[in-house]
Amino acid sequence: MLTKRIIPCLDVQKGRVVKGIKFQELRDAGDPVEAAKFYNEAGADELMFLDIDASHEGRSTMLDVVARTAEQVFIPFSVGGGISSIDQIKDLLRLGADKVSINSSALRNPDFITDAAMHFGSQCIVVAIDVKKQAEGNWQVYLNGGRISTGRDALEWALEAEKRGAGEILLTSMDADGVGQGYDLAITRQIADAVNIPVIASGGAGSLKDFSDAATEGHADAMLAATLFHFRQLEIRQVKEYLQGLGIPVRMDCYQ
Amino acid sequence: MHLNREKIAIIDYGMGNICSVQKACAFLGYEGELIDKPEKLMTASKAILPGVGAFGDAMAMLEQRGFTAAIKDYAAQGRPLLGICLGMQLMFAGSTEGLEAEVPAAAPASMAVESPPLHKGLGFFSGIIRRFPANLAVKVPHIGWNLVECQPGSALFAGLPPKFSAYFVHSYFAGDTLAPYAAGLCRHGLDFVAAVEKDNLWAAQFHPEKSGDLGIRLLSNFLRRNPHVD
Repeated sequence: MLTKRIIPCLDVQKGRVVKGIKFQELRDAGDPVEAAKFYNEAGADELMFLDIDASHEGRSTMLDVVARTAEQVFIPFSVGGGISSIDQIKDLLRLGADKVSINSSALRNPDFITDAAMHFGSQCIVVAIDVKKQAEGNWQVYLNGGRISTGRDALEWALEAEKRGAGEILLTSMDADGVGQGYDLAITRQIADAVNIPVIASGGAGSLKDFSDAATEGHADAMLAATLFHFRQLEIRQVKEYLQGLGIPVRMDCYQ
Repeated sequence: MHLNREKIAIIDYGMGNICSVQKACAFLGYEGELIDKPEKLMTASKAILPGVGAFGDAMAMLEQRGFTAAIKDYAAQGRPLLGICLGMQLMFAGSTEGLEAEVPAAAPASMAVESPPLHKGLGFFSGIIRRFPANLAVKVPHIGWNLVECQPGSALFAGLPPKFSAYFVHSYFAGDTLAPYAAGLCRHGLDFVAAVEKDNLWAAQFHPEKSGDLGIRLLSNFLRRNPHVD
């Protein structure tokens, strides 16, 4: 049976991890590659790098991070943040990234999803969707970290992304993100039930129960978290043991 | 880690991200050379057939670059070959990938039943690669970590636990779980063949290069094989 994946996300700026990682074990906790190795050993099922620096210089340092990670970490990893061209994707995949996550560029030009899936296959194209709940009770898609509304309905956009060849959906609730009160289970479930591709829940994890809720009530295929892991509020192993205790399938043989 | 002078040929036929395989070889102390010319296969001590993408396109690319005959010759000499993901599927007789929709609803019975449209594969393993049926209540593609059950005595899985987690990304599968070549099985709505082994020919549907330490161990089993005819 397919296991539920636990995915730590690393925000990277100019080749350094931001949001301060508190790992005393690491010589240089600000090095994304060191952090990736740490999470790999901690039992992460997959890793995500989010490049929060859109500058040209930032991009080339990200390529270096990707190349060095691929030499030392043998679990899948994705890269997201400011990806808007086929050439950019080609560079990232060539250096060893397994997937790329695209967001704003896909909203501005939905054909980009189609092109990217045609070029590289759906399996490496993750479409990231940032959503906010509306007063009317539905969810809309937002740009730029939740500042700009696109007026698009979240569920419709997820279905379109799937139809255009997205291999996975990374769904972030902008309302829940950073609050630590749990994932937005309602929209996660709506989208996870509507599409036939995996949905990664993101934004809001603050407790063990939030992870199990995302899996059982939210029907998420994977759960992403950042601060919670970076600040050692929870260990990945602890989360997995908790899920396993509830009968939710997780990968445990990484601890043998 | 030891440095090894053996050249590992990684067959580069233009299908997908293959540098992860190369980096995993390097991690194990072996130089993986991406080869895009079939002649180079003849001097390799071991070969890896990776691949991501569609079966029909992949066979067309192999054929176009002259690899189809070269891989068959290489395999016939009993030299070690490892297929990964689509690379494993290509080693089968054929696949229905992309052709399912073209079966006419009112096709003559003889055509529909006896000869479904197929892309022809390399034919090292009998059986046809098919798509996970839509009625299984599981998501397709099958993406993520799933449990592989190893057959006892398999050389490919030497030193690995009898069941272990591996990373999969695929929508098509080999279904003959009772075939003597089925070295590892997995379940995603139905049981399918996760790995095959027949003399010098090994292959995995999952990605050993992305399956953590246990996947690396499996790759190491292959890299450390005797390069000569077994």
